[in-house]
Amino acid sequence: MNAPVSLRLRKAALVGNPNAGKSALFNALTGARQKIANYPGVTVERKAGRLMMPDGIPVELIDLPGSYSFDATSPDEEVTRALVHGEFEGEVQPDVMVVVLDAANLEQHLVFAQEVIELGRPTVVALNMVDLAQRDGLTLDPDALSEALGVPVIPTVAVRRKGLTELIAAIAVAEADFEAGQRVHPRPHLTLPERRLAARNIAKGAILSVSTTRRLHTGLDKVLLHPWLGPPILFALLFVIFQAVFAWATPFADALEGIAGWLSGLVVAIVPAGLVRDFLTEGVIAGVGSVVVFLPQIVILFAFILVMEATGYMARAAFIMDRMMAGVGLSGRSFIPLLSSFACAIPGIMATRSIADPKDRLTTILIAPLMTCSARLPVYGIVIAAVIPNTSVWGGIGLQGLVLFALYVAGIIGAMAVALILRRSVTAGQASGFIMELPRYQMPRLRDLAIGLWQRAWVFLRRAGTIIFAATVILWLLLTFPRAEPGESQLDVSIAGQVASGMHVVFEPVGFNREMTLALVPAMAAREVAVASLATTYAVDSENEAATENALRDQITARWSLPTALAFLAWFVFAPQCLSTIAVARRETNGWKWPVFMLAYLFALAYIFAGITFWSATALGL
Amino acid sequence: MKLEALQNGIPARIRSVDWSAIAPEEGKRLRALGIDEGAEIQISHRGIFGGKDPIALMIGRMTIAIRRVHAAAMMVDPL
Repeated sequence: MNAPVSLRLRKAALVGNPNAGKSALFNALTGARQKIANYPGVTVERKAGRLMMPDGIPVELIDLPGSYSFDATSPDEEVTRALVHGEFEGEVQPDVMVVVLDAANLEQHLVFAQEVIELGRPTVVALNMVDLAQRDGLTLDPDALSEALGVPVIPTVAVRRKGLTELIAAIAVAEADFEAGQRVHPRPHLTLPERRLAARNIAKGAILSVSTTRRLHTGLDKVLLHPWLGPPILFALLFVIFQAVFAWATPFADALEGIAGWLSGLVVAIVPAGLVRDFLTEGVIAGVGSVVVFLPQIVILFAFILVMEATGYMARAAFIMDRMMAGVGLSGRSFIPLLSSFACAIPGIMATRSIADPKDRLTTILIAPLMTCSARLPVYGIVIAAVIPNTSVWGGIGLQGLVLFALYVAGIIGAMAVALILRRSVTAGQASGFIMELPRYQMPRLRDLAIGLWQRAWVFLRRAGTIIFAATVILWLLLTFPRAEPGESQLDVSIAGQVASGMHVVFEPVGFNREMTLALVPAMAAREVAVASLATTYAVDSENEAATENALRDQITARWSLPTALAFLAWFVFAPQCLSTIAVARRETNGWKWPVFMLAYLFALAYIFAGITFWSATALGL
Repeated sequence: MKLEALQNGIPARIRSVDWSAIAPEEGKRLRALGIDEGAEIQISHRGIFGGKDPIALMIGRMTIAIRRVHAAAMMVDPL
């Protein structure tokens, strides 16, 4: 029996070529009311939001991965194909298809659009980015297009919220058609060459005039893709990003540190001395606070990555990097997941699904954790601030920023070397190609950037509030019990201290002290926990109140030698200390074989390089 | 002539493609992007530091990056 109409959740899907502006349209239509999850069984991101119809009944709008055809070549495109055809298990076939077309790329985008319209389901076409088409000197006739396609065509400019009301009204009409039983009218199936010919004719009929406006796009590409200027520009940009992450974040980080100190003071003022107060100040505030302090840096890094993606520069970066990536057996396509991995390996590994070649994809997944993710920033940040003097070299370049840059470079070189070896051994196979659309340049919209940044910042804060909080609390308990007798060191007596003493045998040869060894254990949950753990350890270990209030940085400056600190940094360049990454790698590779391989080779590299760093630094008398 | 040998900025039409020289999945992708016999294209950019790889192709108003091996499998007639 059919469910009553009003109870059934109505569903519409956005489909279209990559770079048609689907995501911007999705953001404009659903605002911040979005739910991001994964499709069951695959790790393709499922973006869904609520769209309020004029009659007050919501429609679930899903944003499907961009596709060039239903003849899928990547896991991404397969999701779109299966879902649109109603063959995706656990997903209801959408009632209405909203085809998103780039108005300036009609001839190309109409090829896939026809394939969707052929299905005969209620369909609405959003002729998107008409403003950019106009900028390019194109005048279009939506009515002619509508007549040729046999479905309603609504001109939209997602980023300026133009045409949204009309689009929603058209979706409502299509939904009503669907409810009224006019569900499927399949049309004759065309072959690809036939569709292409039709696309050309339809596009010709819909274009009223073409003027030869000089396109911004080609001018920018002349510089940014210049064979000699392009690469230095990209490297300069990457350098600026990493300097900015350090320099711009400082005032915000200091402010957050101030808030943590103030909260700590507040707790001391109102909670009587004892275990509860210690738990709050040493455990919760010292631990979680020391991680949250890095939120500004993470936000800055993600802001750069989002801007690069939204402007269309990211694809140019892939083009420029292709040659180098080819040198280690990968393609420019791997550059985007790897660059995302600088923010976090999890979205990075998930972004590999756009790589069609399975060996390429596996190699990229295996080296993604070598890219310096934002979770390492708290570790690098605190250690660099503590042991590297804040001076300038070569006129104006900060030494601290330079060391940070060197750590990033070390990760990249490590990744390239590993890729080279993997492609000749475990993931050997035919060298893969590089086929990729370079989208037009676009001015990013602040609102879309804000939504993206907010989603990333929220993920980080949620981790700080859950995994990191839990790890910190457990560590505090292990550090606090059993209680030390007067005259004994709390650290020596505690359970955690004893475990660390045992493990220390392994890590002493590479220069690690006991607190560092101890920090590695909870840091398996997430790298930044190492900082929380050090903060908690030193807070618990401090004999008097004055010392507790000393910042973690001062504790490290006082207690660690330079070779020890450098060895710790080298360890974190390689060590796969992130349960979430391992879990994602398991899901993406469908088994434990590759994650276990990843763990083994990364830990081995971490140990070897920590050792090399410690002994060479010691030999150099640093 | 081979597409590989085409100069930057010269419009041309693809006469034939030796699909056997291109991996099947990649051939599929190229065709989906409209890079097929009869398509009008021109090369807008070539790889960095004087290298020949990759190649940025303009087809209609789209720019597509491909590798030199793909270009070597395509015969074109300059227009």
